[in-house]
Amino acid sequence: MTPEELEQISQSEQEAQSRIPHRVNVCVAAGCLSCQSQSVKDALDKEITRRGWEGECQTKGVGCMGLCAEGPLVSTDANAMYKHVGVADAPEILDSIDGAPLERLICPTDIPFFTRQNKIVLENSGIIDAERIEDYIGLRGYGSLIKVLTEMTPAEVIQEVTKSGLRGRGGAGYPTGLKWSTVAKASGKVKYVVCNADEGDPGAFMDRSVLESDPHRVLEGMLIGGYAVGASEGFIYVRAEYPLAIKRLKTAIRQAERLGLLGANICGTRFNFRIDLRLGAGAFVCGEETALIASVEGKRGTPRPRPPYPAQEGLFGEPTLINNVETFANIPPIIRNGGEWLARIGTEKSKGTKVFALAGRVQNTGLVEVSMGVTLREIVFEIGGGIPDGKRFKAVQTGGPSGGCLPADVLDMPVDYESLTKAGSIMGSGGMIVMDESSCMVDVAKYFMDFCMTESCGKCVPCRVGTYQMNRLLGKITSLSADATDIAMLNELCELLKNTSLCGLGQSAPNPVLSTMRSFAEEYEAHVEEGRCPAGVCKSPQNPVNP
Amino acid sequence: MALGVANVFAKPTPPNQDKRWRLVDATMRRLGQHPRGLIETLHTVQEAFGYLDKDALLYVATSLRVPLSRAYGVATFYHFFTLKPAGEHTCVVCMGTACYIKGAPQLLESVQQNLGIAPGETTVDGNVSLLTARCLGSCGLAPAVVYDRDVAGKVSTQNMRERLAQWRAP
Repeated sequence: MTPEELEQISQSEQEAQSRIPHRVNVCVAAGCLSCQSQSVKDALDKEITRRGWEGECQTKGVGCMGLCAEGPLVSTDANAMYKHVGVADAPEILDSIDGAPLERLICPTDIPFFTRQNKIVLENSGIIDAERIEDYIGLRGYGSLIKVLTEMTPAEVIQEVTKSGLRGRGGAGYPTGLKWSTVAKASGKVKYVVCNADEGDPGAFMDRSVLESDPHRVLEGMLIGGYAVGASEGFIYVRAEYPLAIKRLKTAIRQAERLGLLGANICGTRFNFRIDLRLGAGAFVCGEETALIASVEGKRGTPRPRPPYPAQEGLFGEPTLINNVETFANIPPIIRNGGEWLARIGTEKSKGTKVFALAGRVQNTGLVEVSMGVTLREIVFEIGGGIPDGKRFKAVQTGGPSGGCLPADVLDMPVDYESLTKAGSIMGSGGMIVMDESSCMVDVAKYFMDFCMTESCGKCVPCRVGTYQMNRLLGKITSLSADATDIAMLNELCELLKNTSLCGLGQSAPNPVLSTMRSFAEEYEAHVEEGRCPAGVCKSPQNPVNP
Repeated sequence: MALGVANVFAKPTPPNQDKRWRLVDATMRRLGQHPRGLIETLHTVQEAFGYLDKDALLYVATSLRVPLSRAYGVATFYHFFTLKPAGEHTCVVCMGTACYIKGAPQLLESVQQNLGIAPGETTVDGNVSLLTARCLGSCGLAPAVVYDRDVAGKVSTQNMRERLAQWRAP
């Protein structure tokens, strides 16, 4: 594959696409697939064949369009988007392809949910067919890789990433450029690149969507990373619970290999790179980088103390670059447009955009990508459309089991790494769950503690025993049988876990408890002192309200 | 089943004539018969046979030259691996955060009563296994339930009962 050949593929793809005047895009990402979008696509195909329209109209299975709750979603080139499309709607959709859009099914695209987004990572989602590499190449795909290989030295690539101010999208926000240059400087016979696609936070599905909608973007990001740090082998550690993402990644890897974009002497240069998948097996702790490495090595996923950091001693004891899916997905546009371009978006310390999985008690649930620095209020009330059923907003949970619940009075805070940490939560990988007055904050804290307890790997005592004890104490509170000493003990355990646990799982496990205790202290008081749950969720076992 | 000193270096033979062992062998070969292929191999076994039994673990452990204790440790550490065969049908209730606050606990309680089993168990007649998931990533459709391989969104106790009744029907 030479730059000219890539350009040729791109042009012939664009020509082939422009020959077909009409196109109907059907979302075939996991959300819409589970509402039978595949049969909608089949019905459209059948109808097109029946009418003999093959030369004029084509369907395309595309990735996530974002508004998952309204699926199956279908869009046409007339810029109309349809929601809740059924098999029976196929003829009508085709009838309207030349004229006015079908009022009955229309999903307005001028609402803040669409207009307030700033799509960089998701720029191709909902537009390209994830299973065709040509479609990706037609939209400048792999152009950044070619640029890097033919025009830039590894040091220049790292410099560009550093200039962009990109920080790790897995949650901790470590500067990506710095990580890359550490791995590049580390001495080792071989180096590895690992993509963390073990999206374990409950309530988060950003990485899944990126992998299902635009897998080549992640491969391209990894290739550029491999070139920059001097690695020739990469692994994608992906959850076994995401069968569709795995299937599309396998297809993407095969296609890239066939075109010589993966393998030996890529684009006629001396750069070799191959990518392999490793399936996770359902362990939340494997999102922690040293545990992930152990798992890729075929062992139990238990973390180890750092340093040495994986950048020095990682996979198989060699220097390893580990980044999250979304981080790698940001790389191709950074190379294409330059580091300064990304640095212009966002806040002073948090650059670019962040993809959030908006879910819970909110009108528009789905996937949104916003510039760093928008406020939580804009996300929840404008993009999310507010709370349904006339209920009142209570909290928004970010960062999953390592994050916290943020109350109404911080809604005007800009979303960036520092502000969220200051408010008692974390950016996390991007799960954002809205809760209304029907949720009890103590119950939510117990939910997360139960999760951390189950997912604790058991290696270090503070986490193994501490999460168990905290879960027991929270259980006492939610069964309305706790007293003041239990609260004191809970506080003490929070400090203990934070300061003495081995890895992030244990260190951050108290966050949901601490953040709810701080912002919703009155709920804890009602449970402990008055023996009642203000939200009506918790019940005393002796006196069940709803037997 | 004890391993004699003499045959430790011999290539172990599969527990039986089942052709699915060829898939397992292929995975081990692809990963160079190396201990680091343990998890991938166990994935293949589970995909082919549905679960990991003692014979399978022993075969994989000896083939990859890892102690049986380590193979067993890995198999029990990860939630995805199961040591028991599943029922004819599986019902997975998602307990992710979005599903949790949208009523997954009530769904789970209802299905437990309906089937008379706890999560992780299979009905006595081997018809239905009940499982919970940490998060399916279908949060936009919360609460979500997976019936066999079909993900269903916005599930209510009512339509869940109806769906289960279809499986229970003779």
